[in-house]
Amino acid sequence: MLNLIWLGLLLVSAVTALLTGNLKQLVNSVPDAAMNAFKLSLGLTGIMALWLGIMRIAEKSGLTEKLSAMIAPLMVRIFPGVPRDHPAIAAMAANMIANMFGLNNAATPLGIKAMKDLETLNQVKGSATHAMCMFLALNTSSLQLVPFGAIALLAAGGSKDPTSIIFPAMIATSFSTISAFCVARIMSKMKRYLD
Amino acid sequence: MSTNELASTISNLILLIFLVGIPVYGALKGVKVYETFVEGAKQGFDIAVNIIPYLVAILVAVGMFRASGAMDILTSLIPSSLRNYGVTSDILALALTRPMSGAASLGILGEIVSTHGADSFQAKLGSVILGSTETTLYVVAVYFGAIGITKTKYAIHAGLVADTVGVIASMVVCRIIFG
Repeated sequence: MLNLIWLGLLLVSAVTALLTGNLKQLVNSVPDAAMNAFKLSLGLTGIMALWLGIMRIAEKSGLTEKLSAMIAPLMVRIFPGVPRDHPAIAAMAANMIANMFGLNNAATPLGIKAMKDLETLNQVKGSATHAMCMFLALNTSSLQLVPFGAIALLAAGGSKDPTSIIFPAMIATSFSTISAFCVARIMSKMKRYLD
Repeated sequence: MSTNELASTISNLILLIFLVGIPVYGALKGVKVYETFVEGAKQGFDIAVNIIPYLVAILVAVGMFRASGAMDILTSLIPSSLRNYGVTSDILALALTRPMSGAASLGILGEIVSTHGADSFQAKLGSVILGSTETTLYVVAVYFGAIGITKTKYAIHAGLVADTVGVIASMVVCRIIFG
C-alpha cells in the first residue's frame, strides 16, 4: 500500500509540475527536503533520549507493574468474557499501561502475549473473540498520554512551546478511546457477530 | 488567561508530573535514577537514526508533491467549511497515512512542521492528530497475525472509527485552544 502511495506521489508531482510549469521548483525542493529530513531526525534525538530515560526509571522502579495491577479490576469490567484470574487480564493491563507511557517496544510483546492468552479462551479457531476485538479497538484508539514523538518534531522544528500540545492531545485521545469502546461494545451485540 | 495559555500551563504541569514524579518514585523505590536514566536515554539516538530513511522518503515525496502545485490544487478542492478548521490537504494526508504507518505519518508531520513552521496552527493540529490516533491497520495485522486469526470481525471498524473521532476531536480542540 505505501509502495503505491509513494510512487503515486512522485508520479503525480512530476505530471503536475510539467502541466503547471513548476518543474524548477519541483527539482529544487528535492535536496532541501532530504537535508531537512536529516536535520529533523537529529533534532529528535534529545527529546527521545529524555523521554526514554524517564520511562526506563518507570519500568525499573516497578511503577508500570504497579499501575497494571491497579487497572486489572477495570479490565474485568471491560472484558466480561474473560475470567477474573485469567492470565490475559494481567497481560492486557500491562500492555495498556505500556501504551499509555509510550513504551512501544515493551507494549508489542505484552500485547502479543495477551492475544495468545485470549486465544486459549477461543471456541472458534481462526475467528476473533469479542474480548480480542475490544482489546484491539482500545489499543488502536491510541492510549498514549504524552505524544513525545510529535513534541520532539515540534522542538526539532524550533517551536517556542512544543509541549503545549500535551493537554489538547489528551482530550482528543480520550474521545477516540471512548468511541472505540462504544463501537466495540455495540458491535459485539450485533447479530452477525454473535458466536 | 487565554485558552492557549491555560492549555499550555496544564500541559506543562502534566509533563512535570512525569519528569519529576517518576524519578522521585524511582528514588523512593531504591532505583539508581541517574544511571537508569542514562541507560534508557541511550536508545534515543538509535530511534532518531533509524527514522532518517523514513523521513527522507516521505519529506522528498511530499515536498515534491507540494512544490509541483498539486498540494494547493488538492487543498482548493476541500470545502471551505473544513478549511476553516485548518484542514489542508497535508493534514488530510497525515490522517489517511496514520492507520498504515507510524514512521510515514511522523514524516508527513515533519514536512508540515518545516513548511508551515513549528508554531503554526497546522503543525499543532498535526501533532494533536498524531497523538490521538494509532497505526490501526499495523497493530491489527501484528496482533491477529501472531495467533493466526483471519476473521477479524469488527476490530478494524472500531479502530478506524476511533481514528476518525480522534481526527475530528483534534480539529475541534485545536480550533478552541489554538484557533
